[in-house]
Amino acid sequence: MPDAATIKARIEAAIPGATADVDDWTGGGDHFQATVVAGAFAGLSRIQQHRMVYDIFGDEIGGPIHALSLKTLPARSS
Amino acid sequence: MSDQNDNPIRQAITEAIAQNDVILFMKGTPEAPACGFSARTVGVLQALDTRFAAVDILPDPRIRQELSEISQWPTIPQLFVGGELVGGCDIVTEMFESGELAELLGAETQAAASDPQVADGSTLQIENRLS
Repeated sequence: MPDAATIKARIEAAIPGATADVDDWTGGGDHFQATVVAGAFAGLSRIQQHRMVYDIFGDEIGGPIHALSLKTLPARSS
Repeated sequence: MSDQNDNPIRQAITEAIAQNDVILFMKGTPEAPACGFSARTVGVLQALDTRFAAVDILPDPRIRQELSEISQWPTIPQLFVGGELVGGCDIVTEMFESGELAELLGAETQAAASDPQVADGSTLQIENRLS
């Protein structure tokens, strides 16, 4: 059973420089909501940004992770 | 792959995407969505007065499987405009709130105005082609 902390850690490990905030939406361990900020998103379309995150989980999306709602933001290079 | 032409479901999906300017693959129907994410996406399209074709992916698990292979997108719903994947519920909602979706759909409707094949809002029945 995935949990929010594991999902956060996996996103941050897979996308260099990413910061993820993950909530278990329902408390049931299968509907998650994540906001991911990463410099790696710069210049990519939303589709491409979301795909980067979905790709980390592969078949788990729609399986053990019933839903992963995403908001992705390119990090500001300050 | 060479088997693409021998795969009636994949072919039906590809044709549906090509033939409908705005098409939503969803769980359930616009009248009776079977998932909150599908319901929300239908709501956004209706809020913009969009005419769209809808495909219920639930009757046959192969529809979803083939769709995700084509789109490289794992979740349902999936909205296509002008043959391109726009996104799922999150992206559609975000683009609705920012006004980008109205812009995209407005531009698409104009481009398709002379096209008699424009989506008429009817529900496609891909599963009927399976036998």
